[in-house]
Amino acid sequence: MSVLTGRAPRGALLLTLPAIAVLLLVMAVPFGVIVLRSFAEPVPGLANYVWFFQTPVNLTVLARTFTIAFWVTASCVLVAYPYAFAMSIAGPRLRLVLIMCVLVPFWVSGVVRTLAWVILLQDSGVINRILLALGFEKVRLIRTQLGVTIGMTQVLLPFMIMPLYAVMRGIDLRLLQAARSLGAHPVKSFFQIYLPLSLPGVFAGATLVFILSLGFYITPLLLGGPQSTMLSTLIQQQVLSLLSWGRGGAMGVVLLVATFGVLALAGPFMRRRYQISGGSR
Amino acid sequence: MNAVSNEAASKGAAIDIDGISKFYGSFTALEKVSLRVEPGEFMSFLGPSGSGKTTTLNLIAGFTDLSGGDIRLDARSIGHVPAHKRNIGVVFQHYALFPHMSVAQNVAYPLKQRRVGKAERTRAVEEALRKVQLDSFAHRYPSELSGGQQQRVALARAMVFNPSLLLMDEPLGALDKKLREVLQLEIKRIHRELGSTFVYVTHDQEEALVLSDRIAVFNKGRIEQVGTGQALYTAPQTLFVGQFIGESSVLRGPHRSAGGETVLTVAGTTLAAPGAARGEGAQVILLRPEAVMVQAPGTGPQEGRSNILSGVVREMLYLGSAMKYEVTLADGSHVTARTPTQGAPFALGATVELAWRPQESVLLADDGSTAGH
Repeated sequence: MSVLTGRAPRGALLLTLPAIAVLLLVMAVPFGVIVLRSFAEPVPGLANYVWFFQTPVNLTVLARTFTIAFWVTASCVLVAYPYAFAMSIAGPRLRLVLIMCVLVPFWVSGVVRTLAWVILLQDSGVINRILLALGFEKVRLIRTQLGVTIGMTQVLLPFMIMPLYAVMRGIDLRLLQAARSLGAHPVKSFFQIYLPLSLPGVFAGATLVFILSLGFYITPLLLGGPQSTMLSTLIQQQVLSLLSWGRGGAMGVVLLVATFGVLALAGPFMRRRYQISGGSR
Repeated sequence: MNAVSNEAASKGAAIDIDGISKFYGSFTALEKVSLRVEPGEFMSFLGPSGSGKTTTLNLIAGFTDLSGGDIRLDARSIGHVPAHKRNIGVVFQHYALFPHMSVAQNVAYPLKQRRVGKAERTRAVEEALRKVQLDSFAHRYPSELSGGQQQRVALARAMVFNPSLLLMDEPLGALDKKLREVLQLEIKRIHRELGSTFVYVTHDQEEALVLSDRIAVFNKGRIEQVGTGQALYTAPQTLFVGQFIGESSVLRGPHRSAGGETVLTVAGTTLAAPGAARGEGAQVILLRPEAVMVQAPGTGPQEGRSNILSGVVREMLYLGSAMKYEVTLADGSHVTARTPTQGAPFALGATVELAWRPQESVLLADDGSTAGH
């Protein structure tokens, strides 16, 4: 078989069989079925896609999904960057603490974390009570886009921190010392040397967070309201409430194509000619 | 034509290090070190790791803060000037090239910080790269270069803005021996061409001897001795310096003064050394291998070699032009001798006489230093 003529021993290919079988079963087959049904139900043709793009609310929700994903990604970058930097320069003990602070919430189910946000964000919740106690007015957080963005940012933060940390750990801080000796003000040397070297981590994390945001379901459902519905909620309505597998499938395909679009846009930024650790060995 | 470089060729800065100290908590990295480096001089800081030589360099560069004392560059105090305003070139052992910039961009970096115009910048970068023979590599990235090439780029980058002082922190430490020798010659040539003052940190005494006008020998946070390589080799002021520079044998024994000389009794034999005892404590005689003649037992003093010890050949090495012998004395100590190859060599286990002129004994206070760097 031509597939097996490469250098890899046949055994290596055999080892991947269980994973491939699982992927085929739980990913490829259901996905194929969804694509098929999106073109076949209730009548064969493009009707479901025509419906999707001709229904204003669908387009509004699609645009909103991208908007929320954008803001979640932006806030993740802003929160994660200094945190990951601290992790990369911390001593071993502090680093362990910082890593645990990222990972422990990660191990807790997203549902539980989102419910915790409900408690914090609701109208008589912790945040509003503190605001009241300080003499401020109540802020409407729950069932708003802001609330959804806050919750999703927290849930997705580890996906931003870890790739950033991985890249930052490889950046030689002595380069900043060299930059200073060459006449660069410390602030300048950060923007000219450190930031560019950390960008691959920013792009990797941002891509991950953005794509995960696009398909987020639980958090927008629990923290959002009618004005902050995201596409995944609409899909769920179509499929489970209206039993319209065709329309739900078409929405799923649109979301997937959009996701691939994002990946294609991000691709060029992730490639680089140089090596981060190109200095001494 | 080369306005910038010609100007630079005429001026290296004088460095006055004035009683500087550096403490880390209760640890003393450097204690009241003073030193003057002359304009245009090539000065090496030589010493074992942890001796304070790199700390001194970092204090001059401004990477660490002084705990005490001051540093002056051409009489201008820089002790508390931030590093990026000191205008000192630094070359690091780890190259420290910016990996996301091409060779040309790396070399242009210090010029951009100084807002040098584009045309002048391009010209200066080309000239600096030509000096290190890498002009055809301008568009490569650091990861596409070998270690030696990377260090040349770092050198070009550190000198492109014509600093009056260039600091080098073991710049060849990560390179193999052959490449190191090639780059030593290049550094020496560049020093001649630039006329800047060079301060070069190394733990390799051969490298220091090859490169430097003068060498400052560091030990335990202090400078033991400053001088030319020849002065350090022939007239070390401390046993540490004597052992750190070049090969040597150390003879220990009780001493007494006799006229203008001091006499040590080693393995039952009296040995003369010129001059009075150094201080109150125990004295040693330091011997260079080439000063010691190996001869058959009973030969006696020849050509003024009146210091004679008897021993057994423990090791012999044929070095082409010379023979090297390791001879064990009756008291168990060892003497290394290097003599011109002539006649039949002495066999392993043979009893021989070691003979040398008294004035070739270097008398030093025993500071407890042991051989091995």
